[in-house]
Amino acid sequence: MDMYPLYNSVRIAGISTAVIFVLGVAAAYHAVKLPRGIKGILDALFTLPLVLPPTVVGYLLLRLLGPKRPIGAWFLKVFGTRLTMNWWSAVFATSVIIFPLMYRTARGAFEAFDVTLFQAGETLGLGRPYIFFKIVMPYCKPGIIAGTVLSFARALGEYGATTMIAGYTPGRTATISTTVYQLWRTDNDALALKWVLINITISVLVLLAIDITEGRGRKRYEKNGL
Amino acid sequence: MSLKVRVKKKYSGFGLDVAFETESKKIGILGASGCGKSLTLKSIAGLIRPDEGSISYEDRMLFDSDKGIDVRAGKRQIGYLFQDNALFPNMSVRENIETALHGYARMKRRSIRTGRADAGMNRTADDILREFGLWDVKDQRPHELSGGQKQRTALARIFACDPTLLLLDEPFSAMDSFLKERLRLELTDVLEMYDKTFILVSHDRDEVYQMCDHLILMDNGRVIAQGDTDELFADPGTVAAARLTGCKNISRIEKLTEHRVRALDWKGTEFVTDGKVSDDITHIGIRAHDLMPGDGGVNVIACGRVSVSRLPFEWYITLENGMWWKAARELYDRYDEGMIPQYVSVDAGKILLLRDGPQK
Repeated sequence: MDMYPLYNSVRIAGISTAVIFVLGVAAAYHAVKLPRGIKGILDALFTLPLVLPPTVVGYLLLRLLGPKRPIGAWFLKVFGTRLTMNWWSAVFATSVIIFPLMYRTARGAFEAFDVTLFQAGETLGLGRPYIFFKIVMPYCKPGIIAGTVLSFARALGEYGATTMIAGYTPGRTATISTTVYQLWRTDNDALALKWVLINITISVLVLLAIDITEGRGRKRYEKNGL
Repeated sequence: MSLKVRVKKKYSGFGLDVAFETESKKIGILGASGCGKSLTLKSIAGLIRPDEGSISYEDRMLFDSDKGIDVRAGKRQIGYLFQDNALFPNMSVRENIETALHGYARMKRRSIRTGRADAGMNRTADDILREFGLWDVKDQRPHELSGGQKQRTALARIFACDPTLLLLDEPFSAMDSFLKERLRLELTDVLEMYDKTFILVSHDRDEVYQMCDHLILMDNGRVIAQGDTDELFADPGTVAAARLTGCKNISRIEKLTEHRVRALDWKGTEFVTDGKVSDDITHIGIRAHDLMPGDGGVNVIACGRVSVSRLPFEWYITLENGMWWKAARELYDRYDEGMIPQYVSVDAGKILLLRDGPQK
């Protein structure tokens, strides 16, 4: 059994989760401080990929990055390769799809943050980056970890946008989800089932990980007598 | 050694417009919740930015909208004691203090001029832990501490930054009365030991009376009276100020002579006053504990049918004319129920002459 789809899926999910962790946390942290009106508009925009069909996201990405579109054509000219149909092209798709998950969970965590802790840090002469990394992030850790794990799980299962922008080439762009579809289409039911089981196992493990991190958060609350 | 504050800030449905100036080292701001007293404190600390105005302390300009001065909170060297102490929950007591020392070092490095000598500020976290009696709990997290230890940690953290001014934001509001009294004494000790100027914000008149010698009364975003604490309690001047200082009995009046009024809200009971009733006096106030049993003296009031509310150590008695009388519990020993004295009286000097206007 060729394990390339597993390797490729994990690789794509890992990279996109890392990228979106930084972008999502940064966006959420700044969105919390915005006035209501602008926040509402940004919220809608940032959450859109969560409710759009992945094929619509894939279509929009192709319009943006396809080899005949300005960005894609420019990239092809300068680097000699297309932005689509490579294994890493799927990173674009999964990143857009998981951004709302990271953004929304991180924002929830930041909204629950006790602002007086930030103010206390300021009156004690601490710099804002210091306050963010040493006080805000540790405080919001359970929520942000949960968001990260959830994003990873979703990226692992992404199919629609991925298949549109990266296609299915065995040994190159094949992921677990595209492989399952391909195997089922070609009547290789036994192998499809194996991949399905692998996928379910990974997802369950990931979801258990969320439960454990949330459990820790709850324990912290209990200790505070809440 | 003076604090000058003049700030305005608009919110939807609320406007802050505060001005005061004082040389006092023990300043109190008394007001009901939502009157803007915490916002005033946060403006002084640099945590919120007023729309306009200026704030200076000890000749150092902290904020001036006209000159575009707005010193960042981290450079003001003003200590802020938050209501819930705001200890960093992910850090031990020692780490909380070390973090403050880190902030202090940064403050010193970055501030161009704080106008203060560095004397004696090379203390380590160990020194501070010992000084504040926190050595035994130095490795504990805030949620493991008692209320008193939490507040001491918060104070230790503030003093690690060598504050020039301390802002105390309702420090005792969420405590039971026993702990409150102990912590108040502890805080008073620390403040006296370090000889720091402080502003105490509270809605509790007893607290500000105990701790402050200069008092600012606030209502609905404005200063309604300010001055020496004792004088302000003795002569609040306005109806709103009288209420804030805890005067339970306030009535509209009809002026009869310069020293005689009729209380319109107390069934027309007449009172003789020591103070001269000028034309702008619209109300009188009588503190509930200034009523004395008996029919001697000038201002005798018939109790009539009373209703009694018994507290552990005192009685609240509502007289037939609507006045409140707060009587010590010894009364209980002398009078049985139904045997409340028939008359009470009030000294003519104890009657507060009040205006309805906003400013004293």
